[in-house]
Amino acid sequence: MSRRRALVRYLAARLGLVPVMLWLIASLVFLLLRVAPGDPVDAVLGTRAPEAARAALRSQLGLDQPLLSQYGSFLLDLLRGDLGTSLNSQEPVSRIIGQSLPASLELGLTALLLAALLGLTVGFSGIARPEGRLDLAGRLYGIGTYALPPFWAAMVVQLIFAVWLGWLPVGGRLPPTLLPPEGTGFFLVDSLRNGLATGHWQQLGGTIRHLVLPAGTLALLLSGIFTNALRLNLRRALASDYVEAARSRGLGEARVVLRHALPNALLPVLTITGITVASLIGGALLIEVTYSWPGIAARLQEAIAQRDYPLVQGIVVVVAALVVLVTVTVDLLVALLDPRIRF
Amino acid sequence: MARWGVIIVAVYVLVALLTPLLVSAGLLPDPNAGLDNLIYATPSPAHWCGTDRLGRDVCVRTLSASGVALQVVLLALVTALVIGVPLGMVSGYLGGWVDRLLVLLMDTLYTLPVLLLSVVLAFLLGRGLPNAAAALCVVYIPQYFRVVRNQSAQVKAELYVEAARSLGAGPLWILRRYLFRNVITSVPVLLTLNAADAVLVLGGLGFLGLGLPETIPEWGGDLQQALTALPTGIWWTALYPGLAMFVLVLGLSFLGEGLESWLSGSGQAARAAR
Repeated sequence: MSRRRALVRYLAARLGLVPVMLWLIASLVFLLLRVAPGDPVDAVLGTRAPEAARAALRSQLGLDQPLLSQYGSFLLDLLRGDLGTSLNSQEPVSRIIGQSLPASLELGLTALLLAALLGLTVGFSGIARPEGRLDLAGRLYGIGTYALPPFWAAMVVQLIFAVWLGWLPVGGRLPPTLLPPEGTGFFLVDSLRNGLATGHWQQLGGTIRHLVLPAGTLALLLSGIFTNALRLNLRRALASDYVEAARSRGLGEARVVLRHALPNALLPVLTITGITVASLIGGALLIEVTYSWPGIAARLQEAIAQRDYPLVQGIVVVVAALVVLVTVTVDLLVALLDPRIRF
Repeated sequence: MARWGVIIVAVYVLVALLTPLLVSAGLLPDPNAGLDNLIYATPSPAHWCGTDRLGRDVCVRTLSASGVALQVVLLALVTALVIGVPLGMVSGYLGGWVDRLLVLLMDTLYTLPVLLLSVVLAFLLGRGLPNAAAALCVVYIPQYFRVVRNQSAQVKAELYVEAARSLGAGPLWILRRYLFRNVITSVPVLLTLNAADAVLVLGGLGFLGLGLPETIPEWGGDLQQALTALPTGIWWTALYPGLAMFVLVLGLSFLGEGLESWLSGSGQAARAAR
């Protein structure tokens, strides 16, 4: 079979699995929320609420229906993009998520970019002398950044740079004196556009000043993954036959590393990036809470504290779906980029 | 590095065992007693790490939290092991649609961010020591399942298994005698690294107000309370619990890395000797 056809078949199989995985996740969340001990009605109203109020809430949540028809309408609503209504604010869950998702994405993407820059630099710097002091430092850096509890790292950074030195704000997305910019919800983009239109740059400055600490902390935590991945793969590439061949042809060491070893070591790093996204979300969840960043994680924490079942369900389904999509996209990218990959 | 891992973990186990004894002997104050103390007292000879917002001694709370963390993590991982390993062995050995279904389910679980999954479970199960362990254990089942299943599927095709089968060995015998012994070697490394991860996840749950009941001292929960006082410059309530957690995770990671290189090293040596 030609490589092209094999590639197309692989892509089709991988993409075909996406709806199945999404359906599994949605079903899992649905099932967990119904089967788990603890009645949502008790959780919201307390056990001593009058029976009429309990019955009303029960029918509002659709809990008086048989389980199978609840499941059916849950899936149908999901297909139409309807995630239900928040118990607390009576707003559609999809609108709440739509409002807070850009904040999380802005933080996550900035952090991912910084993490890649920082982590790859640290990982690459140890390569000149494997097992040397710099290489060992890189290894320690990888383990150390992994072992840092995200929220504690955030608190320490906050304490040093915001409380003691006073260089940067403690939390939030904008100074309280400024109105949030209208538009996409990505404040960097929106305030840049406003700045270009009006010539006032306080909004952009405020956005960046508020972004530095959360994104920097998250980047620091994630950079270790990149450092480790690059270190291991680069070492493997440098020990391979084609690098040996390149050396024996008399090519300079810099050229061997940069042109022959590095490109091959970077591809697995792309795979790692896909995996990182999942842990990015875990770390981001805690960092958002620490910096009172008004993203999806802060919303989830609120929803948990208020026992807002539909909101918890909606956020989990949306975040999980995002993770699945990113993971599959990265897999596909790697398959497209790497000519050696076998299917 | 592995040596440091062993030392750190040993110190934590020792602290976990000794702290309750010292507290009950009256040599250390009760981690929940605070009414007689000043609140937010700075570190001093009387309270080496200061006191928190209820006047409780930060040192004692930090020390006693290590026992709780180790208990929950151990309980969670043993449960995950007891469920994940047999499931993986059976799935890999049987193959067919059961295997495919289980793999799809476990892969889906594995894709989900660890913290998100355990947050949902902890939210549903409520607070408590076994509940927190249950919320953690579900996260790690897929990891054991994947490793063990892939290895079982490999070992199943080996000649000696074929030979045993042709001599009339039943599936239970083969599972116990051949698969289990081959498969179990990959577990210790995974177990140590998962323990490191589980300490972080448990702390994350506590920080979000989930997991253990409030009466049990726990690093994550204490850090959540420290967060509100942080902007006023109160650093001691935040520093010590987090540092304790960081060092434990560091120790477990060192231990895991050491185990891995030791096991793969001895594997190579065994292969060379053969």
